[in-house]
Amino acid sequence: MNTLLEINDLQIRRGDKIVVEVDHLSVEQGEVLSIIGPNGAGKSSLLLAVACLLKPERGTIHFNGFRITKRSDTEYRRHLGLVLQEPLLLDASVYNNVAVGLNFRHLPKSEIRRRTDIWLKRLDIDHLRSRSACSLSGGEAQRVSLARSFALQPDLLLLDEPFSALDSPTRLRLLEELHAILIETNTTTLFITHDLKEASSLGDRMAIILFGKLRQCGTPAEIYANPMDDEVRKFLSLP
Amino acid sequence: MDFIKTIFSDPEVWQITMLSLKLSGLGTLFSLVIGLPIGTLLALGKFPGRSFFLSMVNAGMGLPPVVVGLMVALMLWRSGPLGSLKLIYTPAAIVIAQTVISAPVVTGLTAAGLQQINPRLTMQLMGLGANTVQVIGWLWWEGRLSLLAALMAGFGSVISEVGASMMVGGNIRYQTRVLTTAIVLETGKGQFDLAISLSVWLLLLTFMVNLALTFIQQRGARN
Repeated sequence: MNTLLEINDLQIRRGDKIVVEVDHLSVEQGEVLSIIGPNGAGKSSLLLAVACLLKPERGTIHFNGFRITKRSDTEYRRHLGLVLQEPLLLDASVYNNVAVGLNFRHLPKSEIRRRTDIWLKRLDIDHLRSRSACSLSGGEAQRVSLARSFALQPDLLLLDEPFSALDSPTRLRLLEELHAILIETNTTTLFITHDLKEASSLGDRMAIILFGKLRQCGTPAEIYANPMDDEVRKFLSLP
Repeated sequence: MDFIKTIFSDPEVWQITMLSLKLSGLGTLFSLVIGLPIGTLLALGKFPGRSFFLSMVNAGMGLPPVVVGLMVALMLWRSGPLGSLKLIYTPAAIVIAQTVISAPVVTGLTAAGLQQINPRLTMQLMGLGANTVQVIGWLWWEGRLSLLAALMAGFGSVISEVGASMMVGGNIRYQTRVLTTAIVLETGKGQFDLAISLSVWLLLLTFMVNLALTFIQQRGARN
């Protein structure tokens, strides 16, 4: 497998405080990597740095072999899909929300329509296409947010706790659907979560971040079988 | 209802009305051209002195029109730095003064309106591949109710001012006489009936323009 994303010696600071440090982390093509840690561990900051939306203090991020540097690197971001915790939909119809990233890329109208239609149907929101995005429930809004990113056919999908604000049944249903879509599309994904079950069920590998430092990375089976220290063991609720 | 008769029967009142609308409309338009980008920069930008510039703009929202009139008059006066342009006592001078009055209002309200938008929306748009122009376009759309309020406030501040128009325009009949300066003139002459008629007409005009803008704004809110 090819390495799509490689992070080396990364440090993100907020003022004097080190938010997160990662010595080395790589994501292979087609892989789903779950990044897990408690709230405030620095997971979201890491994701924003990968999206080139947060400038790290030091370190390098390589995407497909190219070093990512500028915050204004729109061309790089056009290889990504980004789903945040809040759906952050625009005050427009569901259809226009799903199509917005495609419009940013100035794709032909017919292609925009084709891809938008596919993802409206795939995420079961086609019946809402003319509705205002402001009138949707939390679950529906997050479906639109997912459709908006999948329609871009991203090389790398960044998911920042997309289901944490949803009720339990909706979350489970969406998680199952997301799992099926990721297998179907073979999309390389960085999935941020603080839920161990979500991380191990969705991720091919897991990366554990504790107290702002990447502690261990491996398959869920490897990590559960061999946690690197007591803190990781405690976080995994192992005896 | 005598004022309606006065207004509709006097062609000079129509000329003054159209000139008032034209000059205030242009002043508002120029203040939008200046205020919208600067307000956006102040709302979204991160640069040293941003808070200072914001407080300057907010202070500018309360600029007394007479002081603006004096400043612009000093600039445009024959011996002033822009005297060679021969703009003093012309409609252009009124537009310049009204732009100076209205621009801080539009800038300040634009900045305040855009700052109310969830800052993570900018990140989300960039994460979806939007370039700077596309991000700003969507943020203006999201903040369109505030921007229309800024437009209404900007227009309101210039259609109703008298000090600056009087000082830089000179209240010259058929050239720079606008509704507010005409009201001052008629009051000074003791022509209270005409002054009252012009005042009611000015109020009605302001109300109608704001009614139209409010209609557009609220239709946007419902959508």
